Amino acid sequence: MPKLSEVCHHVRSKNAGPFWITLDFSFADQQAFDRYCNAPAFDPATIGQTMNVDASLVKVFRVPKLRVVKVSYPRRKPQGGMLERDMHGGQQYVRFLDLEMA
Amino acid sequence: MSQRLRDTTNIIVPSGSLGAGIRAEHIDAGIAAGAHGIACDAGSTDSGPAYLSSGKCKYSKAAIKEDFRVLMLAQAKANIPLLVGSCGTSGCDMALDWTRDIVLEIAREHGLSPKIAMLYSEQSPALLTTRASEGKVTPLPPLTGSGIDLFGECDHIVALMGPEPYIAALEAGADIVLGGRTTDTAVLAALPLLRGAGKAASWHSGKIAECGGLCTTHSREGGVMIRVGKDAFEVEPLGNVSRCTPFTVSAHMLYENSDPFLLTEPGGVLDVTDAIYEAVDERVVRVTGSRFHDKPYTMKLEGAGRGGFQTIMFVGIQDRAVCAEVDLFIERMHKALCERVKTTMGLPSDAFDISLRPYGWNAVTGMPVDDGAAPPREIGLMFVATAPSQDIATQIAKTCNPWFFHMPIRPEVELPSYGFPFSPSETERGPVYDFKLNHVVHVAHALELVRTEYVNLKEAAHA
Repeated sequence: MPKLSEVCHHVRSKNAGPFWITLDFSFADQQAFDRYCNAPAFDPATIGQTMNVDASLVKVFRVPKLRVVKVSYPRRKPQGGMLERDMHGGQQYVRFLDLEMA
Repeated sequence: MSQRLRDTTNIIVPSGSLGAGIRAEHIDAGIAAGAHGIACDAGSTDSGPAYLSSGKCKYSKAAIKEDFRVLMLAQAKANIPLLVGSCGTSGCDMALDWTRDIVLEIAREHGLSPKIAMLYSEQSPALLTTRASEGKVTPLPPLTGSGIDLFGECDHIVALMGPEPYIAALEAGADIVLGGRTTDTAVLAALPLLRGAGKAASWHSGKIAECGGLCTTHSREGGVMIRVGKDAFEVEPLGNVSRCTPFTVSAHMLYENSDPFLLTEPGGVLDVTDAIYEAVDERVVRVTGSRFHDKPYTMKLEGAGRGGFQTIMFVGIQDRAVCAEVDLFIERMHKALCERVKTTMGLPSDAFDISLRPYGWNAVTGMPVDDGAAPPREIGLMFVATAPSQDIATQIAKTCNPWFFHMPIRPEVELPSYGFPFSPSETERGPVYDFKLNHVVHVAHALELVRTEYVNLKEAAHA
């Protein structure tokens, strides 16, 4: 079973305001997008578990024209507080790279 | 080549953020291509709550001044308006006044006399408390509650303006409009809306161009020009090197948005679900099919306040026994340091926080590393003490210093010495800041919570 990093050609994460993180999973071609855009890795439950956040607040969008799956979830703590480790949310995608893609 | 759009309002968007660097030749190119105005954003929450809470700008005065100098000279020469939103990073009143003083300095140095409008959107806790008690402040997810308990904890609260205060200032004859906190999109949409461009096209073009060249193939090679018509807009790079393609332009809708299709703005929602992005030629893209749904007017609130104070220390560790069992080491050290602070300083455990972050292991996420991960060759271990005062935070660091310096992974091991890069070993970070609000305030009209002032350049010249 391939890993997410093997089927996506670009993955990024970023703040979407101080309270949300958004991830863009970009596929290289239409075939890969069609095959994997509904993979269990993109279920809110998997995402919630991977990032230790409430799955009921996870939003998942499929953007076929861009061959992108977009995932947004609330930060565990608002950006920039006492225990902040990634101010711009730019490294939050890395934990997804090894998810297995059915 | 397709025919270009006619009867458009053309806006130069020189940069994603004022202060990041603007080149005069790019602005000249936009003016030569028929620009009706220049619009740019100068702020964001993206770098954290410190800038709003402290009221200080993220960028240096020199960087802001140099960009303003280029834009003000172009404004005067071409006699087209210049709009800058979210001045001084946070857009609070003191950040806006700081920006005004830079603009006045440039005006004096170059003998310029533009009519300058100032749009203030900082809000008082008292006013918001009243509004909240009337049910006019509501939370956005993931927050709940009216915010009434939070307003007093904020050092500054700003409300994000829409385009209406900019439009009013332009109608009053302003050459330069300096805005407090505003949505990025609104600053760019204001002049097209004033000149009769389509609502959806104005908002959507503003969204696409908000980060300047980020919607092009070479994001560092200058900004873009948007040409906004009734039902469509075009976007093109200002620099020769860059191109706009349907992919680079449409992909920008993903950037820093939690929703790629809907964007909530002060007076409605931009809906790009059915937008079509087409290449006009190899460097210009035309966009059609976006919609704007009018909604009751709301302004988003941002508030930040100061929390505790932090003092940090840092060591490099290559000790192989430690690197082989980083998690165990961190756990033991954390326990030992907390105990030492409690017994030595007499502090209860809820009066301070010690955070140990092994860079090279799991410092960035703070989450467990996968089982079976290879040991790192070295780690940088950051110690962060948080306490109610700077002095206590520093005393905690000093109390922990010998243990942080010498603690072995097992008690029977001879004392190691880890690699401090600095003397003194502790560094005072100052206060910690927090974003407190994620709410909107409902208003009857767009100018209700905005204060507009015009700068009297003659008086300012004698100041």
